[in-house]
Amino acid sequence: MHSYNRPDVDDPRRRRVIGAGGALLALAIVRPARADAGELAAAIAAYTGGREARPGRVTIDVARLVDNGNAVPVTLRVDSPMSAADHVRAIALFNERNPERDVARFALTERCGRAEVSTRIRLATSQRLVAIATMSDGSLWSGAADVVVTLAACLEGDI
Amino acid sequence: MARTLVTVPQGAKRGEIVEIRVLIAHPMETGFRAGPDGQRVPRDILRRFTCRLDGEVVFAAELFAAVSANPYLAFPLRVDRAGTLTFTWEGDGGFAQTETATLAVS
Repeated sequence: MHSYNRPDVDDPRRRRVIGAGGALLALAIVRPARADAGELAAAIAAYTGGREARPGRVTIDVARLVDNGNAVPVTLRVDSPMSAADHVRAIALFNERNPERDVARFALTERCGRAEVSTRIRLATSQRLVAIATMSDGSLWSGAADVVVTLAACLEGDI
Repeated sequence: MARTLVTVPQGAKRGEIVEIRVLIAHPMETGFRAGPDGQRVPRDILRRFTCRLDGEVVFAAELFAAVSANPYLAFPLRVDRAGTLTFTWEGDGGFAQTETATLAVS
């Protein structure tokens, strides 16, 4: 019962300091989410050269609930005839909360016959994935997926 | 030489679309992790994968640290003609490896 010997515990100034500390902590927790969304948008804008991608035609096939963020199977599909006149030139995948916004960029040709690419990626935490497809006519399309990660990548020692 | 696993379906008919799967043994060290001594482990990733059919690029990928260790890629290819497929991986520290496979048409 040391508090009997410490008359300062009920000092109103002390209370104020604690309150301010709590407010700062709350700010620190809320801030990153907004910053990440901004960073993601900035990374996509840098990739597209500032042009807006229209939502649609792009599908990100990924589990909504991921057990292991070290290897998350992802399939990107774009609705395209993949003919010489109309095909997908590139698909870029971005993430919201890994240390880097880029995940991978794929260059396709009409020889592919179908616009579908699969790989395995790392996810540091629950977050949003965005894929941007560039068509042969230069138009941009986007698709997104939200993923909940229970075991994050980057935490374990030797994988 | 890193171990690779390349799957090219055989016996495809002309015009058929097959899925080509490639895997290469590589740690894809992100450069964001600390080693046992507390120092950051330097980045060592594969940056680029290219698939060519008789020298013509049919599919390419630019990889970043967010791609899992032992990068796996699966992509489609329309079989118009027989030929030789060349798979090239390039990465940090001058990493370069090439594998070849035969694409047959039945």
